[in-house]
Amino acid sequence: MLEILFSPETISSTVRMAVPLIFACLAGLWSERSGIVDIGLEGKMLAAAFASAAAAAYFGNAWIALIVAIAVSVSFSLVHGYAAINQRGNQVVSGVAINMLAAGLAVVLGNEWFREGGRTPQIPPEAQFAVFNLPFMSSLTGIPVVGPYLNVISGHSILVYLAFIFVALSAWALAKTRFGLRLRAVGENPHAVDTAGISVARLRYQAVIIAGILCGLAGTYLAVALQGSFVRDMSAGRGFMALAALIFANWRAWPSMWACLLFGYLQAVGLRMQGVKIADFEVPVQFINMLPYVMTVVLLAGFIGKSIPPRASGIPYSKDR
Amino acid sequence: MQTPPAIELIGIDKRFGAVHANKDVNLSVAQGSIHGIIGENGAGKSTLMSILFGFYAADKGEIRVKGEPVRIKSSTDAIGLGIGMVHQHFMLVEPFTVLENVILGAEGSAMIGPALSKARSELTRLAHDYELDVDPDAVVGELPVGLQQRVEILKALFKGADILILDEPTGVLTPDEADHLFRILGQLRDEGKTVILITHKLREIMAITDRVTVMRRGEVVANYETKKTSVEELAEAMVGRRVLLRVDKGPSRPGEMVLDVRDVSWRDRKGVLRVDSVSLQVRKGEIVGIAGVSGNGQSELLDLIAGITTPSAGEIVFENSVYGPDCTPRVLRGEGLAHVPEDRQHRGLITAFDASESAILGWHWSEALGESFHLDREKVINRCKEEMEEFDVRPPDPLLKSAKFSGGNQQKLIIAREIKSNPDLLIVGQPTRGVDIGAIEFIHRRIIALRDAGKAILLVSVELDEIRSLSDRIIVMFAGKVMGERPGDADERDIGLLMAGVTKEAA
Amino acid sequence: MGARGELPPWVDVALIPALNLVLALLATSVVFLFIGENPLSALGIMLDGALGSPRGMSFMFYYATNFIFTGLCVAVAFHAGLFNIGGEGQAYFAGLGAAMVGLGLDFLPWPLLIPLSILAAALFGAAWGFVPGYLQAKRGSHIVITTIMFNFIATSLMAYLINYWFRPVGKMAVESRAIGSFDLANGDLTGAYIPSFFEIFLGAFGIRISSSPLNLTVLLAFAAAWAIWYFLWRTKIGYEIRATGLNADAAVYAGIKPDRIIMIAMAVSGGLAGLVAVNEILGTQHRLLLEYVQGAGFVGIAVALMGRNHPAGIVLAALLFGLLYQGGTSLSLAKSHINRDMVVVIQGLIILFMGALEQAFRPWLAAYFFKAEE
Repeated sequence: MLEILFSPETISSTVRMAVPLIFACLAGLWSERSGIVDIGLEGKMLAAAFASAAAAAYFGNAWIALIVAIAVSVSFSLVHGYAAINQRGNQVVSGVAINMLAAGLAVVLGNEWFREGGRTPQIPPEAQFAVFNLPFMSSLTGIPVVGPYLNVISGHSILVYLAFIFVALSAWALAKTRFGLRLRAVGENPHAVDTAGISVARLRYQAVIIAGILCGLAGTYLAVALQGSFVRDMSAGRGFMALAALIFANWRAWPSMWACLLFGYLQAVGLRMQGVKIADFEVPVQFINMLPYVMTVVLLAGFIGKSIPPRASGIPYSKDR
Repeated sequence: MQTPPAIELIGIDKRFGAVHANKDVNLSVAQGSIHGIIGENGAGKSTLMSILFGFYAADKGEIRVKGEPVRIKSSTDAIGLGIGMVHQHFMLVEPFTVLENVILGAEGSAMIGPALSKARSELTRLAHDYELDVDPDAVVGELPVGLQQRVEILKALFKGADILILDEPTGVLTPDEADHLFRILGQLRDEGKTVILITHKLREIMAITDRVTVMRRGEVVANYETKKTSVEELAEAMVGRRVLLRVDKGPSRPGEMVLDVRDVSWRDRKGVLRVDSVSLQVRKGEIVGIAGVSGNGQSELLDLIAGITTPSAGEIVFENSVYGPDCTPRVLRGEGLAHVPEDRQHRGLITAFDASESAILGWHWSEALGESFHLDREKVINRCKEEMEEFDVRPPDPLLKSAKFSGGNQQKLIIAREIKSNPDLLIVGQPTRGVDIGAIEFIHRRIIALRDAGKAILLVSVELDEIRSLSDRIIVMFAGKVMGERPGDADERDIGLLMAGVTKEAA
Repeated sequence: MGARGELPPWVDVALIPALNLVLALLATSVVFLFIGENPLSALGIMLDGALGSPRGMSFMFYYATNFIFTGLCVAVAFHAGLFNIGGEGQAYFAGLGAAMVGLGLDFLPWPLLIPLSILAAALFGAAWGFVPGYLQAKRGSHIVITTIMFNFIATSLMAYLINYWFRPVGKMAVESRAIGSFDLANGDLTGAYIPSFFEIFLGAFGIRISSSPLNLTVLLAFAAAWAIWYFLWRTKIGYEIRATGLNADAAVYAGIKPDRIIMIAMAVSGGLAGLVAVNEILGTQHRLLLEYVQGAGFVGIAVALMGRNHPAGIVLAALLFGLLYQGGTSLSLAKSHINRDMVVVIQGLIILFMGALEQAFRPWLAAYFFKAEE
């Protein structure tokens, strides 16, 4: 039991599980900080996973796969943006539609192109992302006790490092740049932004595009780096878990990373606990699996702390009050 | 050469659908002056300023800034011309610090660091020059409203405004805060800036402005040099000499007490005292009118009496029983209180419901409409039909959507609903706002008939004529307080002064 | 701009939805063309698969049964101004109630047991809807997020319960033991077993009709549609629900307590979703098993949008979606390269065009109508 909870393998698996969550969570962060609720993270991630797997199988290149995935994910973002910004439609409804559309299209197109019932062929190793070994790491792994844990931070796909870089980048951009300032403002009070002579629609489109790019990365990591192919419904609720992490992090970048690592850790432990018996008692992993959602509900209800969404999120903007 | 006016508006015209918000408005504001624009709610002041600030486009007319004809298509254009605006509802990002709010839209570069430090030193200077001190690192949402307003002024000044528009700036301020604001505005004028002050409060106009423009029903009706006018003259221009509607009304025969409001106060969510120790009584067989410029606590008082909100202090007694904690509108209706709300579109009826459904709003639990949980459609429609007939609602179609009726007919539907409940006390807010003449007469007659049937009526209206022609006693409210009580036939000027917050003793 | 201008009612009720549906179908056609299929011939296969045979039609009604329940579930919440996207979880959790009563009280005679099991399903679904409603009303948690989270919590919780409580010792498949039985030879019914029409005809009358999972629950679905219409438009609580959803300020003026309405509406909404368990667990599968809801909760959103949140519209939309599901199956059988998930695509497009983009035509139509008036 203890060796599962704290083994280097679990920690390493935590990082891998957390990466798609981090990308998706940051996507949600950008979108919702601008005032656009995005429950279509799941769908965009899934669409990107399929697009990247299909492109990797076709072109045999991971980077082309990434670009295709981003293009697909961003186009879904733009549909959402059009519905939410121009049409002032219901953002939740639009998100639900995008999730369904992505889930259906991926399987229909996958079946049409590869005739494997919706899955894509295994991506050959040369079409996957190179593993990135941090220099001088190998010399450190020999250190007893600490060594194997140090190893956890080395030997991942490049996207893993990109995820953490994006956390820092998002935190920095939101706090320090003009774009970040305006974006935060538009999610809180679009009227203030409008009267300051800044276009609300333009800012929100920029935000949903960023969300699209990040979901593209999340999906690509899932299909190309983690799984090596696309299978039906492979995002498996990660988009919603990312949403939960976002609420947990109170819509801030660094806490998002920690929340995703926590949820990633729970996923990793859940996976490794499967079928493990302690004495004669089988550990019910389902309880570990539901923990992120239960914690989010408890947090939202204000029983521990309080999570406050951007004030204008989900409300279509119109000049008249 | 003479300095051209800071702002000239020539022939500005604006319609919103059927509403003619601005009719051929001409206005000239001298540089380095404080210019007041006064008028009742809905007189078109805010629309005019929104046009000047690029929020709406005028249908017709010309704008000149410092003598130059300009086109203001967005607030960016307005800001570029040196116009700054402090909106009635603050345009602030509450979780942001003062500095962040101030630089929003004027960041200068892609990074906000330089703008923040520039704003910090600028704020220190402004604080020094004009008593405008605010902690630059405070979170705006945590500041009291008075300071939030200061942040709005700082925002405009930081963006280089030399023409400052303030829309109803004192509505949210305490008298002390308001005095402070006026000192700041005075200093700004002395520095050569131009200030446009929109308000419906006469006291403010007299206290601070150099010139004043009076608007009524979308038009400019008067222009005065403040020194050469008086509160009375302004009040008259503002309210206008309307065709006084004559209502035949016998003397009242007040009976026993039905409603007794004792020292009731109420604070809103922000902690502002909206109703301040109000006491009043209403007896059977009399109409008590509450006069006052809108926004002086009358609406809040109505909600308290209707049981929608609960007093922060004091007690309300209806038919000899004190309002308890479980005193809901439903319970009160059961005890014989009927309520015609001020805002018929947003409260009085549900526009998406058909007329018959709107006609039972609040009374839907009545056993006459179906036993226990059942709502008998036929009975609902029949009741509506009867009410429509008796109150001459047109078209008399209970199945027509409430939204499709004209304002007057919607109001008749609501009045019918409340009066037909045979109440002991009717509280009624703005019974004839936006209602055509014919319907006004009809509604007035019904209210008086109800009085003559021995019922108690509490009437709130911003139409002084209406108050005077219906009421047996008049209570004047100002800033949440009762300023005084007058008989129903009191002099109009006398009441007008009370409405402006001027008591005899002070005047 | 004339945005406040009123369009004639038939435009709102009929023309705009029709145009949106056409747009969704056009987009579907594009997808068909993209995979090299003639949309018209695909449509023909789907129509024939669902309407061309008694078997196809009974499958259509079987699917529609679930969709009526979940469509009503979304609609009731919507009338109270709430977006319940937790129908999926509510339907899943309801299976627990159905199975607990169906298995635990199986000594009772079926005329007693079946209504009790149905009631249990509804109550468990209602509970799973009530809690998010309570959290929204009393704690201010956003109902959309909470219901999403409750879907996932239900998934894990049910997986645990089925695996550890319901699975008979030694059995590999993660499912409960059989709930009740029906003897096809003589029509003997035991336990909480709602027989299919096929079973009834064969067992009781010896008549063989085409076999399908369509069972008596379909009658419950039609009854539920009528009951919800009655509830919303002919009771005082229903009146309060609609008033709150349309205008919360007016509702407060009328003495209605929005908190209370939110909780009632969510419980009713969840209870309706819970009836999916009746169709699936008691009427079709006759055992509690994993993931039996299969997205019906989400289809409910499309059904409610399309049915304009009115029970009559919902029944029609549910039948249309039943047709789509059954037709989709036929299509995937007839054309090996077309997957059954095509149905999910169409569903997504319908939600997009009839929901999120529903106002797309409005300004355009308004311009046309107001020009015509002048």
